[in-house]
Amino acid sequence: MSINLQALSAQLLVGLINGSFYALLSLGLAVIFGMLNIINFAHGAVYMMGAFAAYFLLNLAGIGYWPALILAPLAVGLFGMVMERTMLKWIANLDHLYGLLLTFGLALIIQGVFQNYFGSSGLPYAIPDALKGGMNLGFMFLPIYRGWVVIFSLVVCLATWFLIERTRLGAYLRAATENPTLVRAFGINVPLMITLTYGLGVGLAALAGVLSAPINQVRPLMGADLIIVVFAVVVIGGMGSIMGSIITGFTLGIIEGLTKYFYPEASNTVVFVLMVLVLLVKPSGLTGRAA
Amino acid sequence: MKNKISTALLGTALSLAMAGIAMAQDKTVKIGALSDQSGLYADLGGPGSTLAAQMAAEDSGLMAKGWKIDIISGDHQNKPDIGSNIARQWFDVDKVDTIVDVPNSGVALAVNNIVKEKNGVYINSGAATSDLTNAQCSPNTVHWTYDTYMLAHSTGQAMVKAGGDSWFFLTADYAFGAALERDTSEVVKSSGGKVVGGVKHPLNTADFSSFLLQAQSSKAKVIGLANAGGDTTNSIKQAAEFGISKGGQKLAALLLFITDVKAIGLETAQGLSFTETFYWDLNDKTREFSKKFAARMKNGAPPSMVQAGVYAGLIHYFKALEALGSNPHDGVKIVAKMKELPTDDPLFGQGKIEANGRKIHPGYLFEVKKPSESKAPWDFYKLAGTVPADQAFTPIEKSTCALLKK
Repeated sequence: MSINLQALSAQLLVGLINGSFYALLSLGLAVIFGMLNIINFAHGAVYMMGAFAAYFLLNLAGIGYWPALILAPLAVGLFGMVMERTMLKWIANLDHLYGLLLTFGLALIIQGVFQNYFGSSGLPYAIPDALKGGMNLGFMFLPIYRGWVVIFSLVVCLATWFLIERTRLGAYLRAATENPTLVRAFGINVPLMITLTYGLGVGLAALAGVLSAPINQVRPLMGADLIIVVFAVVVIGGMGSIMGSIITGFTLGIIEGLTKYFYPEASNTVVFVLMVLVLLVKPSGLTGRAA
Repeated sequence: MKNKISTALLGTALSLAMAGIAMAQDKTVKIGALSDQSGLYADLGGPGSTLAAQMAAEDSGLMAKGWKIDIISGDHQNKPDIGSNIARQWFDVDKVDTIVDVPNSGVALAVNNIVKEKNGVYINSGAATSDLTNAQCSPNTVHWTYDTYMLAHSTGQAMVKAGGDSWFFLTADYAFGAALERDTSEVVKSSGGKVVGGVKHPLNTADFSSFLLQAQSSKAKVIGLANAGGDTTNSIKQAAEFGISKGGQKLAALLLFITDVKAIGLETAQGLSFTETFYWDLNDKTREFSKKFAARMKNGAPPSMVQAGVYAGLIHYFKALEALGSNPHDGVKIVAKMKELPTDDPLFGQGKIEANGRKIHPGYLFEVKKPSESKAPWDFYKLAGTVPADQAFTPIEKSTCALLKK
């Protein structure tokens, strides 16, 4: 196959766009795992809820895309916090497996309820007027909306990284996961921080859901299809590593994009092949700390 | 002692005689609706197909005449191995007589073999592959609603005639996509066009941008979508985003269902032309049935072409059973009767079943309405043309079905 440089650069850019979603989702997973030690299998379901929240805001309340970008993650984040307070809290000190099973069960229930009411084909959500159309980059036609997704998610990812790794609040959080009793002794409300962190992780997933609503269908199973890949991303990047999950998310998007160009039939599996290779060579992931 | 033996013999004789009577008057039927109940094809088949089967049983009038009709459903999850297992279990354990629906050509072909082996009846509505009535045809199978030959010849030919003489295919990477691409390529080539390339994508893909970019750079006049369900809606939506049609390329949605149009939204879908064999708003009879159907659907959706096919196929199946007087539990015999009787149902009108199992009826070329033209929630299509029944499907003399060789 002759390699066409134009086509190749276009595929790289497209890969970067998908990478943005992987990065946003795996970031949320990393935050939740890093701070709460929970493998959040409900992540795909809350991503889907974010997209549905945007759909409802538009069709029931007439609230458009821009407010939805803030309101939907807030609403779904709140839902996540209720979930944490009423269910996840009780299994915080148990083995990872319990959290995984509980969140997986929750995901199935949430998806089932949505599917019962909305079927599986999904609902349309239009691209906001300001971001319609596209520009010709010479090597490809870039829809403006996709460009926006890349830039916006990059900003959100870096802001989250900054919040956790570079601010006082982040320092409290990290300290609270190391030694909750000691941090409480300093008069910091650790359970509240844990709840807020779960809300943040869930909110990030919902944000990714809102971003993807105009590109993909708003479908009950949209998260279920994506979550497995995102888990592979987190495993490759290293569980709990914030920067690792951001970088791996974008990188894997690009690798997947290239596979779609060179050997499209394998584009669904390439991420998992990489995951196996990484696990064989470096079981804690590319940037993860050894357990 | 002697007495006991003679009582036992008498008992055996009696029970044998009873069994004989029961056999002669066996008026029980068990039907399994096998479909994708929760995946990308669930809206066009799925629970709606089970409802259609239920309604066919009710409307057949057989129950009032002492027949007992049982309908069960199963989820094949788009996996041929799961579909085969369910079919086997249905025949061996649950004593199912007939399997209906079965979208997904991969699963449909696997189930086709099992129904033949178990001598059941197979009324396929959901699958597209024309192999079901050609290379893989079976005396136990009726392929009711549509097939890849029909789609290729109506939509494909219409596109070439309108000037679309170079094609690039986006093909779902399994039996159905391959069959649809093959049949459409033949039509394109025989009508004087050429196929400049194609790409195979995995089933159930969310992001088509890579594939669309390849299609865009191929400079083909027509991008043929040899996929279905969620894959087609995502392709069309994202093609709009990448300005495919603004660049002068046309999309040929080779297989599009009403549920897909709903999912894409009229704003993006308007102007698409495609072929179906049923639409709820075709005539008074289809409207009447669809109203009853929608009232019983959770989301108020009218029947898709696949669900309509399940209903109509079963109506004809029940007619054949009634003509036979009882259920012989012999698939070949029942399907032979179905082929012998002319078909006539409210949804597809009058027609027939060919010797290779192909149900014959007209195909309709539709165009998606503009948002301003749509007056009701599911008012989506404009009729753009009709392909007469005798031209819509593979001509019987061209069928490669082994049943036709005498």
